[in-house]
Amino acid sequence: MTERRVRREIHEKEISSCSIFGAMNRDGERFTGEGVTRAIANMHVRGNGLGGGFAAYGIYPQYQEYYALHMMFTGGNRQVKREAKDEFEAFLCANFDLVYDEEIPHDDEVRVMDPPLLWRYFVAPNKKGDEARLSDDDYVVAKSMWVNTQIENACVFSSGKNMGIFKGVGFPEEISEYFMLDRLYRGHIWTAHGRFPTNSQAWWGGAHPFGLLDWTVVHNGEISSYGTNRRYLEMYGYKCTLFTDTEVITYAVDLLMRRQRLPIELVSKVLSPPVWKSIDRMDEKARKLLTALRMVYAPLLLNGPFTIIIANQREMIGLTDRIRLRPLTAATKGEMLYLSSEEASIRLISPDLDRVWTPNGGEPVVGELSERGCQ
Amino acid sequence: MRSYLFPEFQIFRDESACNQCRGCERQCAFGTHIYDPVADRMVTNEKLCSGCQRCAIFCPKNALVVRPTPPYYRPNEAWTREKIDDLKKQAETGGVLLSGCGSDKPLRIYWDNIVLNASQVTNPSIDPLREPMELRTFLGRKPDLLEIDDCGEISTELGPNITIEAPILFSAMSYGAISYQAFNSLAMAAREFGTLFNTGEGGLPRDMRAEFGRYATVQVASGRFGIDAEYLNCARAIEIKVGQGAKPGIGGHLPAEKVSSKVAATRMIPEGTDAISPAPHHDIYSIEDLSMLIYALKEATNYELPISVKVAAVHNIAAIASGIVRAGADIVAIDGMRGGTGAAPKAIRDNVGIPIELALSAVDRRLREEGVRSRCTIIAGGGIRCSSDVIKAIALGADAVYIGTAALIAMGCTLCQKCYTGKCNWGICTQDPRLAGRLDTRIASQRLVNLLTAWSHEIKEMLGGMGINAIESLRGNRDHLRGVGLYEWELDVLGVKGAGE
Repeated sequence: MTERRVRREIHEKEISSCSIFGAMNRDGERFTGEGVTRAIANMHVRGNGLGGGFAAYGIYPQYQEYYALHMMFTGGNRQVKREAKDEFEAFLCANFDLVYDEEIPHDDEVRVMDPPLLWRYFVAPNKKGDEARLSDDDYVVAKSMWVNTQIENACVFSSGKNMGIFKGVGFPEEISEYFMLDRLYRGHIWTAHGRFPTNSQAWWGGAHPFGLLDWTVVHNGEISSYGTNRRYLEMYGYKCTLFTDTEVITYAVDLLMRRQRLPIELVSKVLSPPVWKSIDRMDEKARKLLTALRMVYAPLLLNGPFTIIIANQREMIGLTDRIRLRPLTAATKGEMLYLSSEEASIRLISPDLDRVWTPNGGEPVVGELSERGCQ
Repeated sequence: MRSYLFPEFQIFRDESACNQCRGCERQCAFGTHIYDPVADRMVTNEKLCSGCQRCAIFCPKNALVVRPTPPYYRPNEAWTREKIDDLKKQAETGGVLLSGCGSDKPLRIYWDNIVLNASQVTNPSIDPLREPMELRTFLGRKPDLLEIDDCGEISTELGPNITIEAPILFSAMSYGAISYQAFNSLAMAAREFGTLFNTGEGGLPRDMRAEFGRYATVQVASGRFGIDAEYLNCARAIEIKVGQGAKPGIGGHLPAEKVSSKVAATRMIPEGTDAISPAPHHDIYSIEDLSMLIYALKEATNYELPISVKVAAVHNIAAIASGIVRAGADIVAIDGMRGGTGAAPKAIRDNVGIPIELALSAVDRRLREEGVRSRCTIIAGGGIRCSSDVIKAIALGADAVYIGTAALIAMGCTLCQKCYTGKCNWGICTQDPRLAGRLDTRIASQRLVNLLTAWSHEIKEMLGGMGINAIESLRGNRDHLRGVGLYEWELDVLGVKGAGE
C-alpha cells in the first residue's frame, strides 16, 4: 500500500486588530444593547468597517432549555442561500428536535454589505446510535463542526443556550442597528467587537465574537503561536476552519474549561503564564503547579499580543497576553463590570465609576454572577 | 606497492619566517614535519598530512599554510578526484574505506532552503534585551491533561521530566572514541550551562559518576559496554541506542589500540581488546523486544528516569517513531544522515539514511495524526550547525536538538575526518595521552559554554523577531517557516509553504 503524500496547507491566516468591550451585571439584571453599542462606537477608529459583532447572554429566557443555533447562509444569490438552508434543515431535522425557528429579525433600512440569509433555530439534540453516549454539549459541538466543514455556504455562528451572537461586515454600531440590539434584546452580559482586518476579504462569518456552545470570545491581537496552538487542538478533534486566531482561542478555552474543567485562574495561567523567573521564586506548591501547567499545556500558551474577553452564561473574563502588548481597562460601578480597550468608552456610558484599573499582563479579570444573579 | 595517490594537502613554509623551532614536528602525530639536522631545516611529507591545521594554527611564526591540493586529474564530472582517489586506495589495500565525521556530500541541506518569519506592524517584535525570552525546555513524557483537585494539588501522575535551559543537548560521544579530556569537557560544559551530555556507548568512568551523573544521558547500546546498576541510576536519562545517522544499520568497532586501561575499566572489557558493538541489539529483533528493554530499564531505575530511544533517520522513520512511542519510550531521538561519527565505512556514511529535516517533519506529523505527540519528546540531531538550524528544527517539531560535530568544532576539531586513526592532533578523538593532554578541559568546556550561550542569544533574537517570547510557542509552528528553492514534494513533506505563498 502506498500512502498518498499529505499536501501542505496553503491557507492564509487572517490578521486583524480591533476594539473590544464587555459589560456585565453581576446580579443578573438584564439590559439592552444600547449602551454597549455607544461604547464600541466610541472606538470607531480602532475598526475599519470590515467586521463588528456582539454576544449577548440571557436574551432567550423563553427558550432557555434549548440550544439556539444562529445560522448564516451565504452565496451569490438568494437561490444559493436557500439551497444551503434547505440542505442544512434536512441535516437539522435528522439530528435535532426543532422547537422553533425564524429569520433573525433585522432592519433592512440599515446599509450593510452583502448580508447573508440569517436564521435561528431553537433545538434539542436527538441523539441516536453510538452518538447517544455523547453529552448534549459534545453532540452539539460535533454537529456544528460537521455543518461548518461539510455544508457549503452554511455556517453555525452561535450555538449556546439562552444566548446569541450577532455579527457581520460593517462597523459594530451598524451591525447593532441592523439587528436592532438596542430594542429587541435584554441580556445580563454583552460583549462587543469592532474589527480592523488587514486583508480586504469581508466575510460575515469572519467577524467576532466567535462562539462554541455558550462560550464566546472577542479578541484583539495576533497570536504568533497560532501554528503550535492549532496543531495541538487538532489532536483533540477541533477543526480550525476559519484560520483566525480567535477561533483557536475559543477552542482552547473550550478544551480547558469545559472539557478539562480547569478553573479560570488556572486557564489564564495556561494561556498567559508567568515567566519562569517569577515561577522559580514562588513557594513550592505554587511552583510545582505552575511548572506542571506550563510543561503539560505548553502548546496552548498564546504567544504574541492579545487581549480577549471570554464569556459564558455565568462569567465574563478579561485577559491580556503575558507581557501585555494590547490594552485592557477594567472598571466597576455597583454590580456592573466593564472591560474595554479604552477607558473613555466605559466613561461614556458610566461616567461615575467606583473603581477603574489596568490589569497586569496575564492577570485575569473575572466577573461572576452573584447568587442572586444565578437565580 | 607504490602508491599512486597524490597528497591531499600541500604545505607552504615561509622559510624566512621559520626558525626551526620544531613546534610543527611536535604538533603533528601523523609525522608530516620532520627536522633535518644536517640541513638545519624542516622538511615535510605532504602525503601524511590530514589537513587538520594544528601545525599552522600553533606555528609561533605563522610560517605555515596548509591547503587542499588543486585537482591533478583532467576535469571529469563523473569521475571526480574523490572517486579516483578512493578507487586507488581500494586497489592498493583491498579494504573498506573508512572515514570520520558526518557526510560531506552535497545532498541538499534543507535548513539552507528554509527562511524564518519576523513581525511587522500587525504584531510587535520583542526585544530580548528588554523583555523576558524563555528557552527552558522539558524532556520527557507529558500527560494529555492535568487533573487538579479542589485543594489545587495535581492529581495526575507526571512522568519524569528533565529541565534544560536551552533546547540544545550534546549528542552521544563515547569515552574511547573521544579522549577523557574531551569527554570531561562536555560533562563540565553541560553542568555549567544547564543541559545534558551523552555518554555514548562507552560507559561513564566511575570517578565521574558522582559529579557528572546528574548531567548525563547514559547510553545502552548493542555492545552493552559499561553498564551496571550504578551507571543507570546515577544518570538523568537513559538512551537506548538503536542506530546512528552516520552509519544506520551497522555497529561500531573501537580498535584495540584505543582501549587503554581506563577505557577498558569504563567499558568493562579487557585492556587492549577490540570493543565491537553488533549491528542490531541481539535482544531486540522487533518492536515488542524494544518495549521489554525500555521497561526493564525503567524497572531498574524505579521509573524515575525518562527513557530515550535513538534511531537513525531512515525511510520509514515516521512509522518507526510511532512504534517507539507506543513501545513506551519517553524520548525519541532521531539522527539524520549528516550526523558525525568516529569511524564509519564511507559508503554507508555517504549513502544510507535520510536528511534530518524531512525525517523530523514526517515524525512530528505522524505522531500528531495519531494523537501521541505529547506522550514523547522529540530530539533531532545530525547536521545541526548553527542557531538558526536549531530554531528551524524546533519549528519543524523538535523539542530539542543534539549537537555533536558543532561541539567538537568548538573544542578545536577541524573536520579533517581522520578520527578513526586515533591520532587526533587536537586531543579530541584519541587515547594517546600525549595528544589528549593537549586539550585543556577548563578551556574546552569554556568554549562549549560560550557556544551554547552565543546560540541562545541568537535564538532569543530570532524568537523575539517573530513576536514569540517562549520557545514552546514555536514548537511545530511551521507557519513561521517558508521554503525557498524547494520542489513541491519537498514543501509537502516539510509541511512548509513556499516563500510568498
